[in-house]
Amino acid sequence: MRKHQFDVVVVGAGGAGLMAALYASRSANTAVISKLYPTRSHTGAAQGGVGAALGNIEEDHPEWHTFDTVKGSDYLGDQDAIEFMCSEAVQAVYELEHMGLPFSRTPEGKIAQRPFGGHTNNLTKKPVPRACYAADRTGHMILQTLYQQCIKNKVNFFDEFQVFDLLMVNGSVSGVVAMEMATGELHVFHAKAVIFATGGHGRIWEITSNAYAYTGDGVAIALRRGIPAEDMEFFQFHPTGIYRLGILITEGVRGEGGILLNDKGERFMTRYAPTVKDLASRDVVSRSMYIEMREGRGIEGRRYLNLDVRPETVNRYAAEDGRLRPDGSPFRVTGDEILSKLPDIVDFCRTYLGVDPVTQPMPVQPTAHYAMGGIPTNRFGEVVIDEKNTVLQGFYAAGEVACVSVHGANRLGTNSLLDLIVFGKHAGLNAAEYARGASFQSLPDDAVEFTQQQLETLLSSTGDEKAADIAREMKTVMFEDVGVFRTEEGMTHALQVVRELKERFRHIHLDDRGKIFNTNLVQAWELGNLLDLAEVTTVSALARQESRGGHARQDFSKRDDVNWLKHTLAWLKPGSVELVYKPVVITHFEPKERVY
Amino acid sequence: MMKIKLKIFRYNPEVDRKPHYETYQVDAEPTDRVLDLLEYVKSYHDGTLSFRRSCAHGVCGSDAIRVNGRNYLACKVLVQDLHSSKITVEPILGMRVIKDMIVDMEPFFENYRSVMPFFVNNDPPPSEERIQAPEQRARFDDTTKCILCAACTSSCPSFWANDRYVGPAAIVNAHRFIFDSRDQAASERLQILSDQFGVYRCHTIFNCTVACPREIQITQAIGEVKMAIATGKVSYEVKGEVKESVSNF
Repeated sequence: MRKHQFDVVVVGAGGAGLMAALYASRSANTAVISKLYPTRSHTGAAQGGVGAALGNIEEDHPEWHTFDTVKGSDYLGDQDAIEFMCSEAVQAVYELEHMGLPFSRTPEGKIAQRPFGGHTNNLTKKPVPRACYAADRTGHMILQTLYQQCIKNKVNFFDEFQVFDLLMVNGSVSGVVAMEMATGELHVFHAKAVIFATGGHGRIWEITSNAYAYTGDGVAIALRRGIPAEDMEFFQFHPTGIYRLGILITEGVRGEGGILLNDKGERFMTRYAPTVKDLASRDVVSRSMYIEMREGRGIEGRRYLNLDVRPETVNRYAAEDGRLRPDGSPFRVTGDEILSKLPDIVDFCRTYLGVDPVTQPMPVQPTAHYAMGGIPTNRFGEVVIDEKNTVLQGFYAAGEVACVSVHGANRLGTNSLLDLIVFGKHAGLNAAEYARGASFQSLPDDAVEFTQQQLETLLSSTGDEKAADIAREMKTVMFEDVGVFRTEEGMTHALQVVRELKERFRHIHLDDRGKIFNTNLVQAWELGNLLDLAEVTTVSALARQESRGGHARQDFSKRDDVNWLKHTLAWLKPGSVELVYKPVVITHFEPKERVY
Repeated sequence: MMKIKLKIFRYNPEVDRKPHYETYQVDAEPTDRVLDLLEYVKSYHDGTLSFRRSCAHGVCGSDAIRVNGRNYLACKVLVQDLHSSKITVEPILGMRVIKDMIVDMEPFFENYRSVMPFFVNNDPPPSEERIQAPEQRARFDDTTKCILCAACTSSCPSFWANDRYVGPAAIVNAHRFIFDSRDQAASERLQILSDQFGVYRCHTIFNCTVACPREIQITQAIGEVKMAIATGKVSYEVKGEVKESVSNF
């Protein structure tokens, strides 16, 4: 076992982790621990843009962005945190540009912006171009730019180190335990402050846009240390994943004029969201697609619909909608423009489907995409551990792993990248500030014991269960029964299956008992995380007897503000999940019915 | 369904004295990714099989490997692309093998870090964005696509011959900043790349360009860097005249 000491330790090296590291390292001795090389992080897969009311194309205001986010959250987002995020957004995007981020440009040389679902001009209710983008690889550019700046600023990295445990002494956090993948050796990182920026857990579901690495490590580690998870029943199903593969097709396709069509060739979104149509928020579009497919209007009766961005289609519907360019001329596109604004989408479709989106529609289905829930924090990035928002000293979380909550029951497109940069930055600044005034807590004597116990249990199992079978069964039942639409009956069944799978997981067979790059062991541990999170998600979802944002119940189809305008906090106990609720912060916007 | 004979390079330093190959019979759909086959072997034949992967759709750069003698991302090459029922999978060349497909990436990242792969502009930033014309932005668009997968560098005979050569990936990342009209450190980067282990090790063999899963025109980018060194000038516009020149190195 090896020991290290840093003022601040950041776990995870995606957008939030790197932003936190950049800011924390300005004043504190900081290390970043990541299970992947930083540039492999899933931030790099984000496509369409980062939301900020720059107003480069049309009039826009942070206040409009705030309202759209509150409405998008189905009023479950905490409004103080949302106001903070949307007002910081403009400066945060300029700051990225100053770091060299190569945004696409307007003819005047300013940052280019495009419309995205749920982002509106609050006066006309029409879509407003608020997504600041770099072609369809905005996340890639953010990740690369932040990593480049970390190199410039000589941030300490521990790449390919898997964190297994959070250390706590006397009610404060004192470090983490990690394994160096190349040697199998355990390392203890003694720290004054720890920031979790470990990302999401979409691998629970069968069809997902998420990377293999998205296994919910941060939330699972926290749960095992008695920290609750907030709003886990809210998980976003993005409307447009590539059929069967789940690979994301950015909402930017619809921002550029792409249209969803059913088997009859109908633009069905006009029926579900008459004002903004295909640019309604994601939960609304995904549900509409499910209804179309359930009523037999999937393409050839199958479980997908067409996303059509062929110039003739875009131009036809843009004319119908009376869509204009900023200079007042009619909105018209050519195949070359589609290619230049959406090059990666075109590439994905050609590679994986043999489909050319410039001449053919893309087959799409909703795909598990984003965790609105996670480790509860306040807007300073501090982790809060109960319904009174008691701060756990020295522990911070930011990005998808955290639930501030700025996304509430449904996240608006472009707000995930915004969340990363705003709360990553502030978690970093606040952790460094905390570390300046704090002293190192002593490490527990048995610092690595809990980690060793978890790994030893996996390595010494003599059963013959295959991790791949358990994972497949979990993903299938979660996608079927805890997916876009939910019922008491379906979720009860899913919970029973997940609990059986957790039991079978104890008898898992590992082929690899070695030290060097034992991915067999680490992936089994990750599956254990997914199973725990599947259980917490299902229990949280079963309890919430209403429909709100990404949580749509067929047996409770209405939002119920009288009983359910509150956040779920879930504690994982042996064999059970304990639920407590806390109020939503409301400042300016009283809940109203949500129509697009 | 196709029957595939999947031959995989195997080396586990804790068990094997030297590398060897194992062959696995797997059923595959023509549209399966080679990564799917590796996942299947790891899940149902041998859990010790070790390889890196994350996004599984060609954007994270984890899984560069050799397939039938050519570099690909395992997640971006489909069985049908290979036109063969025999598939041989090996780690990328020129890097120390740690275990199976996993190679030591540290020297690769060290080369990358050596070219100042970060934005430099020491003027106080404006209150809004810096202005950059779409044509200026287009000038370096191609090289912003790099995902640091090492498929290019590990396919380069000059890199195989001497691994102190910074390699195509590092030059691509230098190019991305050298030709960015907002950046101020082009001359330092050109100085670094004019060194004996810099751009002149490139003999325009084009393996890098063929290998790049992002279809970056790497050989062309290296050529532009060579030209900038030779002339002391960097053109920031695609078609227009030279906007600024660099001659102080």
